[in-house]
Amino acid sequence: MTYHVEARNVVKRFGPTTALDGAGISIAEGETHALVGRNGAGKSTLVSILTGLQRPDEGEVRFSGEPAPALGDRDAWRQRVACVYQKSTIIPALTVAENLFLNRQTEGRLINWRALRARARELLDTYEVDVDPQALAGDLGVEQRQLVEIARALSFGARFIILDEPTARLDGPAIERLFDRMRALRRQGVTMMYISHHLDEVYEICQSVTVFRDARHIMTAPVADLPHDELVDAMTGEATAAYQARARTPREAVVLAASGLSLAGRYQDVELSVRSGEVVGLAGSGSSGKVSLAETLVGLRRADTGAVTVNGRAVRPGDVPAALAAGLGFVPEDRHHQGFVPLLSVAENGTMSIAHKLGRLGAVSPARRRARAVRMIQDLDIKTEGPDQPVGDLSGGNAQKVVFARALADDPDALVVINPTAGVDVKAKQALLGAVEDAADRGAGAVLVSDELDDLRICDRVLVMFHGRVVKDVPRGWSDHELVAVMEGIEE
Amino acid sequence: MTTPTALTPAVPRLRLARFRDLTLVPVIVLLLIVGAFLDPVFLTAGNLTNVLQQQAAISLLVLAEALILISGKFDLSLESTVGMAPALAVLLVVPVSAGGLGIGLPAVLVIPLCLLIGAAIGAFNGFLIIKFQLSAFIVTLAMLIIVHGLHLGPTEGKTLFELPESMLYLGGAVWLGLPASIWIAGALFAAGIAGLAYLRVGRSLYAIGGNIDAARAAGIRVDRVLWGVFILGGTLAALAGILETGRLGAIGSGMGVNWIFMVFAAAVIGGVSMDGGKGTILGALTGVLVIGLVQNLLTLQGVSGFWQPVVYGTIILFALMISRIAGGKAQD
Repeated sequence: MTYHVEARNVVKRFGPTTALDGAGISIAEGETHALVGRNGAGKSTLVSILTGLQRPDEGEVRFSGEPAPALGDRDAWRQRVACVYQKSTIIPALTVAENLFLNRQTEGRLINWRALRARARELLDTYEVDVDPQALAGDLGVEQRQLVEIARALSFGARFIILDEPTARLDGPAIERLFDRMRALRRQGVTMMYISHHLDEVYEICQSVTVFRDARHIMTAPVADLPHDELVDAMTGEATAAYQARARTPREAVVLAASGLSLAGRYQDVELSVRSGEVVGLAGSGSSGKVSLAETLVGLRRADTGAVTVNGRAVRPGDVPAALAAGLGFVPEDRHHQGFVPLLSVAENGTMSIAHKLGRLGAVSPARRRARAVRMIQDLDIKTEGPDQPVGDLSGGNAQKVVFARALADDPDALVVINPTAGVDVKAKQALLGAVEDAADRGAGAVLVSDELDDLRICDRVLVMFHGRVVKDVPRGWSDHELVAVMEGIEE
Repeated sequence: MTTPTALTPAVPRLRLARFRDLTLVPVIVLLLIVGAFLDPVFLTAGNLTNVLQQQAAISLLVLAEALILISGKFDLSLESTVGMAPALAVLLVVPVSAGGLGIGLPAVLVIPLCLLIGAAIGAFNGFLIIKFQLSAFIVTLAMLIIVHGLHLGPTEGKTLFELPESMLYLGGAVWLGLPASIWIAGALFAAGIAGLAYLRVGRSLYAIGGNIDAARAAGIRVDRVLWGVFILGGTLAALAGILETGRLGAIGSGMGVNWIFMVFAAAVIGGVSMDGGKGTILGALTGVLVIGLVQNLLTLQGVSGFWQPVVYGTIILFALMISRIAGGKAQD
């Protein structure tokens, strides 16, 4: 049979590392095909080969049975395959219309802006994207930007589209809308390759799945009759049980509390108290204010009214050092922006918040720092060449572990963790959730903000926020359906 | 990052962004009004023409720098090219008795030679920055020093007085009642404004400066465009040198020196971002005009030249504060 897209026996080496070792994928016309695998399995390399950005060392790529066009022929590639990359390729300072027709603003010599806007309007209408073509792309939200990228990708006439982790930065309802859109595209006969770390999404939207592991093709199977465990096993190469949340009994002492906390446009009248040894989840949609609330707890934001106390002592609002000094540790939402300094070593990043304890009079003892770092690397099982490797060189999951190490470095009494498992693979996810539970077992109180229902399973209770208010306090043992209903405001 | 989920409705609204490059227009109007009250001479056609003529040369440098900044790069060496390109071109043409190198190329070639030297400097900058992938800041800082040295070396720091006629023509001629240099600068700015708004290659500068990977992915020949911008920048700097030479009637060893600060100031207060991808040529032009008018006012008021830098610096800071408040975003 002729596949719409086929890559056979592809080998790609980058210096000493082999990114793809005889791997391949075959995608039938009109199907939505998932590509899954842990970080470093070779997914990104396959994407760059399928989109013609890189030439395979061996093997071949075929579209509808025809050999792939020459690497330099960008237009030919774009007519065959469209890709929505993980990294945004939108230029913020330009309008939506211009972004849609970047470098093809006009057929003639001079750009006719009115005509360009009209074409943009038409294109956006075709794909039912409700965005003003004259708006600056930088003013759009993540979801809208992504829709613009999808519309642009499809506008070259390709019938095959690669979506590289499109849901990583979207919240629940936005993901649903994206899926609706994907289903509509599938009905129009568009073939899709879908990359995601979320296996439940694979089950929801895809018909077949291909698993890569360690640069090799492991299996391809229809999604319908593939047990969840088997898929995870294929990815990890070993039989792993789903993460088992531990049972614990929270103690009496309240380690982190907020009272009467309000921030205009974000959240109102939030009361919160976290006891020692307790993990409290914060759930809600992207606009629920859960992230802003967590950021207020750690001092990244300043509430209009209300107070935050750590260990019973009031913390100066909007002051991160004060919050850290009071005994708080935190893992920020966006590790790339707020989590680590990519050029600095694992040791330096991990000990940044406790540098004052590693030497006197502002000096830092390299030997003590190293010792601390070695311990962190062991405790959290960070895969690194050693304490001196720059964090920027680590994979997403390991970089996140370094951020965790820093948050935990001072043995905090209270821990605030925001979306810790975004963009990390199954095993790293388990290690990170384990680290939160370890901290709770040691007597810390933790607040876990997450868009992932699976992450929230470790919580002793989950506070659900809706439009800036805490609407429900759900104890352990909830079902997905129950929690999502509250998050969407369907049920009181 | 929080993700706003609500889709903004596609209703057309007043787009302030479109007027952002005109934020200095009220400032210019204010300067004209204040100036008129302070000094009766200020608002005369003669004085304003004088202001424009004085700014013509430096404005070409601002045009060049704005193009380079919008593409997300940097060029400090432009100011050295202003003096060096005409000086070297003149030395290649004039006889040894006038301080020349004794090569004695035909005098008609002096202007093409000068522009060619400017273009060559730009091409060399481009080679180091694009092909060799060095930091634009450091490369052009080194080139600033080297190119100025190449001006001082052959002339031994002396001022060149005996210049070919053609070298003096553009900077001194009057066309239709206005100095030719004003026409030239005006025409080039008009071309810049239109080119950046209506040509694909012009728009590609914004794409490259805004997100270089996205520009590559869209099929823009990034290296070629950037190289072209550097070459154009060097050529414009050489042309600025020709205009300045004609205006002053000689080429001093200090011509162009320290211009680059004013050039950056004019571009930045005119709304061109140092991070690339933002700003317009029209905005840069308003920046030049503001600086020119202030300079003129200070001189008319008899403010000592030694104190004027304080005023310029203060104006730059104020302009930045105003655009910070108007733009609402933190600058870096």
